[in-house]
Amino acid sequence: MSEHVLPIRVYVLTFIALMALMVLTAFLSTVPMGRELNTVVALFIAAIKATLVLLFFMHLKYENYILSTVVFVAGLFWLLIFFGLTLVDYSSRHVMGVPGH
Amino acid sequence: MSASTTEAVAQHSLQHHFATMEQQRQSTTLGMWIFLVTEIMFFGGLFTAYLVYRTAHPDVWEMGSQHMEFWLGTINTVILLTSSFFVALSVHYAQRGMTKITALLLFLTVLCGIGFLGIKAVEYHNHYKEGTVPGPWWHYNQVENPDGTTRPAPHELQLFFYLYFVMTGLHALHVTIGIVLLALIGLWAWQGKYTAEYHNPVHISGLYWHFVDLVWIFLYPLLYLIANKHA
Repeated sequence: MSEHVLPIRVYVLTFIALMALMVLTAFLSTVPMGRELNTVVALFIAAIKATLVLLFFMHLKYENYILSTVVFVAGLFWLLIFFGLTLVDYSSRHVMGVPGH
Repeated sequence: MSASTTEAVAQHSLQHHFATMEQQRQSTTLGMWIFLVTEIMFFGGLFTAYLVYRTAHPDVWEMGSQHMEFWLGTINTVILLTSSFFVALSVHYAQRGMTKITALLLFLTVLCGIGFLGIKAVEYHNHYKEGTVPGPWWHYNQVENPDGTTRPAPHELQLFFYLYFVMTGLHALHVTIGIVLLALIGLWAWQGKYTAEYHNPVHISGLYWHFVDLVWIFLYPLLYLIANKHA
């Protein structure tokens, strides 16, 4: 069978990395860097954790059927369009004189 | 075809509309990923609402985050990450045909899920006692100032808690579904329904559980880590 069986070591290392990042993000939240920077740092770490889960736990890195990855990336791309265009709308309302900003 | 594949076919693991076990495996995986992308869109709407209202009321969001129990949220994060690790291992053992270990790991995951929901219930109960459940249960109208005096709570604080309850509630619903799903799959794995050749249900249910974990990875910093009161 062409299903790729990963060694347990991969999962253990991923788990250790996830735990370390969780401790890091919990610790960094107590370091005052300003609300914006604190949030950016926390989301950056969350993105790394999510990437680890996707690549190793969910096998996206090793899936020999590329279409799963294509579907996921398409979904992610859609989500970014959703976030981006919504923010463009809300942040430009006062410029355009549209009520409801 | 190897001998074991022939055996799997004989067990009717291979549906007649697929040519090979591999094609069947890839198709179910693709189907699950398409479902997960619809789930990303589902939660995406809520994350967008969060983004819009947090941008509009950053101070209120920080105030709302101060009502979150930092340690309970952190413990729940540990629980979910650990459960995801168990699921990843259960898929690994399923691939090797060691389905008794698969079943045990899935049962451990179910326990983690129940623990997660228990802690979530404690948090919800605390919010109820505090009066920060939106709607008719809301009676958090005065905020204490540092000097001991009080001022009216901003009404947008209810908006934060609406989003908090809908996002974590929807996530908890997914955890509940995942618990039922993994308990059943675990039972069937224990009964020996899955083999090294055929374990698609273990694999795609595992993908679902990892997705639930992914949502929490983002909910945790967005809800619990805004304010630094635990410093």
